Amino acid sequence: MIDFLPPALILPPALIILFGALLIGPARGAWRTAVVLLTPLLTLAAVWQVPDGVVFTVNFLEYPIEPIEGSAVRRLFATIFALMAFAGGLYAYRQARWYELAAAYAYAAGAIGVSFAGDLISLFLFWELMALFSTVVVWCGGTPGARAAGIRYAIMHLLGGVILKVGIEGVMVHTGSIDVQPMLANNFDTWMILIGILINAAAPPLSAWLSDAYPESSPTGSVFLSAFTTKTAVLALILLFPGEPVLVGIGLFMVMYGILYALLENDIRRILAFSIVNQVGFMVCAIGIGTQMAINGASAHAFAHIIYKALLFMSAGAVVYRTGFNKCSEVGGLFRTMPLTAVCGIVGALAISGFPLTSGFTTKTMISQAAADESLVMVYFLLAAASAGVFLHAGIKFPWFVFFQRDSGLRPKDAPWNMAAAMVFFSVLCILFGVAPELLYRYLPYPVDYQAYTASKVVFYLQLLLFSGLAFFLLLPLMRRTETISLDTDWLWRVALFRGAAAVQALLQRAGALLGRGTESALARAARRARGWFGGTPEDDGVPHGVFARAWPIGTTARWIAVLLTAYVFFYYLA
Amino acid sequence: MSRDTGDRETGMIPQGRQPDSRPPQDDAWLARPSTIRLLWWVFAAVLALSVAAEGVFKVKGYFGLDEWLGFGAVYGFLACLAMVLVAKALGWVLKRKADYYAERRDD
Repeated sequence: MIDFLPPALILPPALIILFGALLIGPARGAWRTAVVLLTPLLTLAAVWQVPDGVVFTVNFLEYPIEPIEGSAVRRLFATIFALMAFAGGLYAYRQARWYELAAAYAYAAGAIGVSFAGDLISLFLFWELMALFSTVVVWCGGTPGARAAGIRYAIMHLLGGVILKVGIEGVMVHTGSIDVQPMLANNFDTWMILIGILINAAAPPLSAWLSDAYPESSPTGSVFLSAFTTKTAVLALILLFPGEPVLVGIGLFMVMYGILYALLENDIRRILAFSIVNQVGFMVCAIGIGTQMAINGASAHAFAHIIYKALLFMSAGAVVYRTGFNKCSEVGGLFRTMPLTAVCGIVGALAISGFPLTSGFTTKTMISQAAADESLVMVYFLLAAASAGVFLHAGIKFPWFVFFQRDSGLRPKDAPWNMAAAMVFFSVLCILFGVAPELLYRYLPYPVDYQAYTASKVVFYLQLLLFSGLAFFLLLPLMRRTETISLDTDWLWRVALFRGAAAVQALLQRAGALLGRGTESALARAARRARGWFGGTPEDDGVPHGVFARAWPIGTTARWIAVLLTAYVFFYYLA
Repeated sequence: MSRDTGDRETGMIPQGRQPDSRPPQDDAWLARPSTIRLLWWVFAAVLALSVAAEGVFKVKGYFGLDEWLGFGAVYGFLACLAMVLVAKALGWVLKRKADYYAERRDD
């Protein structure tokens, strides 16, 4: 099917796009456009030259470093990362600043590097590359809010990196192997690795960084951010923890968390950010199930998800770019003057909801099928409920509040042509993989024996989704937009920590004052006593008056010596 | 590289203008009450059809329960109702003013 080049001729795909990122700054005009648009395509070509297995090994401090190891699932993720960089570059190159583009491409290089990392050390290095440059992308939002959110984002990811590193060191020391290979979270080391990865997957309780930072970035930056970090975490989980049972529960929690928080949210891009957590929850749950069907489902869903989620962020980004407004309560009725953005947004919304004929349907139903095959009744029904909930919180809520509801009176122009082109490109892919899923199925990690389009499935999901739609419109009065935010676990370190610190500071101050007074009086007392014992020389007679300064009768001395001798003899015999 | 500043200025809302300050112009076909009424009828018909389709295409359930007529419809509706109500309840506990954290920074 694919002719691979001999290993010596294989260029590391991550280095190609990293080199492109370095060139974006110095290049000017048409050259910069060429670098932005061609680098991801060259990277894509290189991705498809990577054969199965380890391509080359370098020894570093006695550890075999394998920067490129190919397999079907690794190529699949690297492919979508490269495609994403291309579409993101197309969407952004006329509007974004050059350093945002350069940071986004370096960030993509990190994601592609993680995809092919054959050992834990390379994986960690590319992992940190992502953390570093995604923070820069958040900062490119350029507002004080973006700066603060970027710092919180960086702290969280550096913390996650440290935890991951602790786990990797442990595995290196205790097993002697640094291979990226399946493991179970059954000791301290592997738990640390799992926690480090889950932080990047936005799993509870540390998921707030995502909805905090992504909406603060620029309209173009959030498109890149939506794709890489969480999905590399999904790939890392597929490679390292397939079938880890704890992931099923974590995934289900993420699915529900994403829906409930998105329902409460008013910020357009924050709704989409919460729905990333929701969608990644589907994948994490599937990885926990761990069967071939489930892993295929997680991989396919990650692939489809990157496309429709980026499409949704592109549509939202075009609205933010054109109107300057971020909130549902500020926009509305934009379908009049932004029809293309609205249509593309609706395609993305239908795809994320898993409507038949979209990529969401052909990939998400694989995960439900995997749960049904394993007779996981609760998981199956919760995922079905969540599918209904996705339509509710993202599928209808996003297009309804942005493009329809009331007329806000805003009449912005439609998206600039390059943004429109990127949106149309991804819309076509959403429908293509929905209509012809075998185009995607043949590249999945395991052979696919799955029929998405059976009459039974289509009827079931149509009922589920259409009646969710009915519920949305009937319950609209309960979902009025309010100018609010919803507290998350980050309240603990954004507010409670400071309150705690202030309380401790006040306590210490009082203790200090008390201690100060106590010490003062104790010192004064000691000084008085010392004067009493050692006694100064009063000026009047020149004779010392302290207790020790007096003349003592010889009898007293003899008595003391007798006491000391008796004590000595007593203790001597005791010993 | 040409930056899209010209486009942006015309597309941007002038500073200080609030949404809703212009009277709504419901000239669009989609916004007319008659269209909305029509859409509701179409929607109702589609809903009915999706359940009626079970007469022709039997839904093959996995756990018995999901083979009942209209199970998907009822389940989807109830799941959404439950989620909206739970979200509403959570909102009472978790919702704060939009400038909650900004205020905290000041004190």
